[in-house]
Amino acid sequence: MATLSSQSRARRVGRILTYAAASSGAMFMLVPFVWMVTTSLKAPAQVFAYPIEWIPDPVKWENYRYVTSDWPFLKYMLNSALVALLTVIGSLISCSLVAYAFARLKSRLSRPLFIVMLSTMMLPGQVTLIPIFILFRNLGWIDSFASLVVPSFFGTAFYIFMLRQFFLSIPRELEDAARMDGCGTWGVFWHVVLPLSRSALAAVAIFAFMAAWNDFYGPLILLSSEGKRTAALALAIFNSAKGTDSGNRMHWAMAAATLTIIPTLLIFYRAQKYFVQGIVFKGVEK
Amino acid sequence: MIGDKVWVGAENYQTMVADPLFWQSLKVTGVYSMLAVPLGVLFALGLAVLLNQKIRGVNLYRTIFYIPSVISGVAAAMLWAWIFSPEFGVMNAALDLVGIEGPKWLYDPELVVPALVMMSLWSVGGSMIIYLAALQGVPSELYEAATVDGAGWWRRFWHVTLPQISPVLFFTLVTGMINSFQTFTQAYVMTNGGPKNASLFFGLYLYNNAFRYMKMGYASALAWTLLLIVLALTLLTFVTARFWVHQETDSGGWV
Repeated sequence: MATLSSQSRARRVGRILTYAAASSGAMFMLVPFVWMVTTSLKAPAQVFAYPIEWIPDPVKWENYRYVTSDWPFLKYMLNSALVALLTVIGSLISCSLVAYAFARLKSRLSRPLFIVMLSTMMLPGQVTLIPIFILFRNLGWIDSFASLVVPSFFGTAFYIFMLRQFFLSIPRELEDAARMDGCGTWGVFWHVVLPLSRSALAAVAIFAFMAAWNDFYGPLILLSSEGKRTAALALAIFNSAKGTDSGNRMHWAMAAATLTIIPTLLIFYRAQKYFVQGIVFKGVEK
Repeated sequence: MIGDKVWVGAENYQTMVADPLFWQSLKVTGVYSMLAVPLGVLFALGLAVLLNQKIRGVNLYRTIFYIPSVISGVAAAMLWAWIFSPEFGVMNAALDLVGIEGPKWLYDPELVVPALVMMSLWSVGGSMIIYLAALQGVPSELYEAATVDGAGWWRRFWHVTLPQISPVLFFTLVTGMINSFQTFTQAYVMTNGGPKNASLFFGLYLYNNAFRYMKMGYASALAWTLLLIVLALTLLTFVTARFWVHQETDSGGWV
């Protein structure tokens, strides 16, 4: 009996340790968010109070009014949204077409081309940056959203890979039946394959949106005029423009940062399962 | 910026070898990767093992651990710069609670890279999800067999779990390295390479040359070097992988 009770005591200690570890992990993940939101609601004097005052008093909603009206941050967010939505459209069109070709239309070149495409996933983005910049400069696309959006119409390796794997899992009989009913390749793609692939297409749309929304390097080198800034670029410029009065701007900076992550969090909340699927897919199925 | 094109042969590469800032940026990036990638794998694996237990509220914890990784980029960098603020930041306030006087973090050449490593641990949620899926894919017969053979928790983890999930560890190690060698946004937004070039990441130095000093040719030479380094590291990981990555004999090909 003694051994049994010591065993159950060990198990209880183990459980307590597990919960303690999980809770401290959760603290580490959550405190920064709380800190960001409370800072965004404080008056400057309270921002620099020490010890830290966690509850904003008074709650300064004006910080958000300043960010959205005195500083056109909403406009920058709309710019980001426009770029991100167009990128989603481009990615869906190009990646689904290319992926279907790799999944079903076989030629001698399919395999080598597929390997070349996959290898671009390993290519660091910064390596292609200068050629891309020079290309767009010669096209006269610098400081235009086209330079950010048009590349998505030429496909992205990871999304193509993901969609191809999904298309391969669609039973061929369904496609054959459609062909018997007189559908051509295009008809099969449009009427059979795409409707069956809604979840995979949704995942691609979400990834493409998030990548474009969070993108900083692209807007930094390709955009220049003030009115075209994306939210990420505007945030960084606001941040670097500090200097002597930096102390008095932290509440605004955090308000803008909070606004920037709201769309991300909403999408994450609505579409959690796609994130998890896509991530798992990236890591495991290969 | 790009005037008459002049063929300069290997000149840019000769400049590079003699350029102390090139070596500095290489060192900064290398040290950061050596710390951030393995620590990230360990931390993510720890969280995944934790969430693979039967604990209450596991979905909530999973969401909480994962959320920071969707907030990449400028907003996260600004937030962490504020967290590390020596006088008013939450990091030093927490240290103060346990009676430690907080250091200057981003303003200290010795601590700026460790601080950025700490920040990188905030967004390991993606790897954690991958590991969690891999852990759940380990066949339970293997654990049962090991238990029958008298293996305790640690031996089961070392001899069953780790070999079974090693391909996934391998994948995240390679992609983690490729990503960490491209670190840019944190350096640009939080420290601008300082203090005393102690956080002059390779990606930032490349950007500075291309778009601040307008030396496109030299920046391209740096870009080629970056590509070669990433390729070499990837190959190294692949070559050593056969010693530690467990392969099922009947596993399908990669493509």
